[in-house]
Amino acid sequence: MREVQWGWLIRYLHSTGASVFFIVVYLHMFRSMLYGSYKAPRELLWLIGMLVYFALMAEAFFGYVLPWGNMSFWGAQVIVNLFGTIPVIGPDLVLWIRGDYGIADATLGRFFALHVAAVPLAILLLVALHLVALHQTGSNNPDGIEIKERVGADGHPLDGIPFHPYYTVKDIVGIGVMLVMLAIVVFFVPTFGGLFLEAPNFEPANPLSTPEHIAPVWYFTPYYAMLRAVPDQRLGALLMFLAVALFVVLPWLDRSPVKSMRYRGMLSRGALALFAVCFIALGYLGLQPAEGIYVILARIFACGYFAFFLLMPWYSRIDKVKPVPERVVFHAHD
Amino acid sequence: MRMIKRALLLACVLASGTAAAAAEEGAGAGADWLTWRAADDVTNTASVQRGARNFMSYCLGCHALKYERYSRLGTDLDLTPEELQKYLIAPGDKPGDYILTTMPASDAATWFGKTPPDLSLMARARGADYLYQFLKTFYVDSSKPTGANNLRLDATAMPAVLSELEGLKRAVFKEQQETGSDGKAMTVRVFDHFEQVAPGRLSAAQYDEFVHDTVNFLDYVSEPTQAARRALGIWVVLFLLVFTWLSWLLKQQYWKDVH
Amino acid sequence: MAGDGVIGDNQVDTSRRGFLTAATATTGAIGVAFALVPFISSWMPSERARAFGAPTELDISKLDPGQMVIVFWRKQPIFVVRRTPAMLASLAGHDDRLKDPTSDNSNQPPYAKNVQRSRNPEYLVLIGVCTHLGCMPKARFEAGFPELGADWPGGFFCPCHGSRFDLSGRVFDGSPASLNLVVPPYAYPNAHTLVIGVNDANQKGVA
Repeated sequence: MREVQWGWLIRYLHSTGASVFFIVVYLHMFRSMLYGSYKAPRELLWLIGMLVYFALMAEAFFGYVLPWGNMSFWGAQVIVNLFGTIPVIGPDLVLWIRGDYGIADATLGRFFALHVAAVPLAILLLVALHLVALHQTGSNNPDGIEIKERVGADGHPLDGIPFHPYYTVKDIVGIGVMLVMLAIVVFFVPTFGGLFLEAPNFEPANPLSTPEHIAPVWYFTPYYAMLRAVPDQRLGALLMFLAVALFVVLPWLDRSPVKSMRYRGMLSRGALALFAVCFIALGYLGLQPAEGIYVILARIFACGYFAFFLLMPWYSRIDKVKPVPERVVFHAHD
Repeated sequence: MRMIKRALLLACVLASGTAAAAAEEGAGAGADWLTWRAADDVTNTASVQRGARNFMSYCLGCHALKYERYSRLGTDLDLTPEELQKYLIAPGDKPGDYILTTMPASDAATWFGKTPPDLSLMARARGADYLYQFLKTFYVDSSKPTGANNLRLDATAMPAVLSELEGLKRAVFKEQQETGSDGKAMTVRVFDHFEQVAPGRLSAAQYDEFVHDTVNFLDYVSEPTQAARRALGIWVVLFLLVFTWLSWLLKQQYWKDVH
Repeated sequence: MAGDGVIGDNQVDTSRRGFLTAATATTGAIGVAFALVPFISSWMPSERARAFGAPTELDISKLDPGQMVIVFWRKQPIFVVRRTPAMLASLAGHDDRLKDPTSDNSNQPPYAKNVQRSRNPEYLVLIGVCTHLGCMPKARFEAGFPELGADWPGGFFCPCHGSRFDLSGRVFDGSPASLNLVVPPYAYPNAHTLVIGVNDANQKGVA
């Protein structure tokens, strides 16, 4: 930060970049849900994507411990103890993860190794597989139409356009917009009001003093809010793991005959909108102290979150759908 | 404006010199302490320089800045090596050294009950306003081992070392009825105002400036690059905007083909 | 293009397209070049390395005539030799066998650009790093050292590739090294103290 030339810039790019990564991933996941991209024939693509998401969560968690600030320390303490709620093997598992009787140097060392080598390699591999799976089926589109079913005389799909130059130039614009936002955060608000870098983490790790109010970084707070909403240790942890795991079975929960929200009825659209509201609300509540009205609200929104998944087989089937056109309907943005 | 008003008010209290006069001011003197702002500005190099001297004279005895080197201070505060040596560097330290206190940590823990914290990152951990309020709300409290207490950090282990400059203040509390979380009415003791008991070497306005400068310095130390960061950021963002605009034109040009 | 596809055959303004491609690519390249600066310079010595690279002090009053000590400055061995009158006398008479007898091409502070290559002729201060490929030369102060021949006047010998230097670090003909040993900046704040790393005894900073 201070000793290395430009170290401050590299540190801020790294900390802001972590949050930007999650913003992009959440947008990507939401788009998949909006256009039904997880549905057949793209279940494998979705599954691999979920594995990338889990690996990314691990990467973010290990990385968060490394600055060894007070929030790092207590974040590690809390998350590692979550595994202690697993019946029978829990306590021994926690001991194994830490390599000591508390969060200690051994824990820090192995988390460093995982953060810089093991997990990034896994992510790279999974991303490669993600792309292979994508190539197999081709990209989805906002209409949810399989364009490979209509091939022109030259053997190319009629509704397909080449990735280059069309998507390369489009992606450059997207990258430009992201870089502008990244630069604004890095240079003007690197802590982003405590969301990207938390104030208690500017104090060194202190095993004798828990920060007054402990919350994970924003991208974990929806799950964290659910964990705290349940007045039982084991059940809370279970519910949190379940909340993450439900994404995995999404392709099989959805019984709708069409993919994209464009051709779905009000039930599916409303459910997805409510889900988005619940997710964001839980994310906000996870940042607030676990007391009073916040806990009650967290319970309400957690119910909404689970209802979206668990009621999906029912509402997606009875939902009225519109006929899907045979060809992609392109709307130029201008 | 508020700052000037407060300074005038405090000066007024000082000039009258009696507790009675202060009491007549009612809730004025310090009741709004939670709204006090440090108004820190790290680009004000003169203020940061004064703050650095204040720190070396009054804080370094107990608190270190273990992530800051003297040489860094010289570069960032526009000081020549000679000025740095003369005004800031503790005797026996080299320019490349970290700014460390000479007080042994174990002794400090014995004397104060806990080791005085390192202040390198304190302005980031707690905020500059917190530090400003902390340094301005010491009051006499004979029930505490240090003989002083603080509104910002109750039962602080830090003695009122700046009382030599500020003078001594007494805190006046009042009883107030409040409804507790259990619904029952209860009496709580809330802070009402300060009364100056003994004058210090500085006037209230001077002391206020002293604290402003010191907090400003601590804000600078908490992130020495912050001024450079913002200055560079403007150019980076402008450049990226130009780039994005160009790439958007290019994208529009290509996507004309698709219909 | 297939007429039924989504890619149209409308007129494309190729010159505008070409210009925009070039402009975007150039701006992007400039951006990448600037963005590389912080990453590349972050590999330069850190503040800690610089602080450890601060001037080194040595008490030379403990040095016997003819003795050499090695101290470290900026992670490099610094040879300090207290030369005897005989050793100083050995510097004369072999200029014709030296590559750079007057140190015109070699690196030394101006005050060391002389035959003795030193501020005070009695004390020789050299960076003990061979100017060929960086090994540390060995002290071979005796004249006519067996392996170095009868005409060896005393000096330094680099074991890696056989470079030879005289007692003020000047390189002999036939050595793979081309330049004399480097003299670091140094000063004498008082009669018995040598400071390596500064040119001026009053200067505290890094030279």
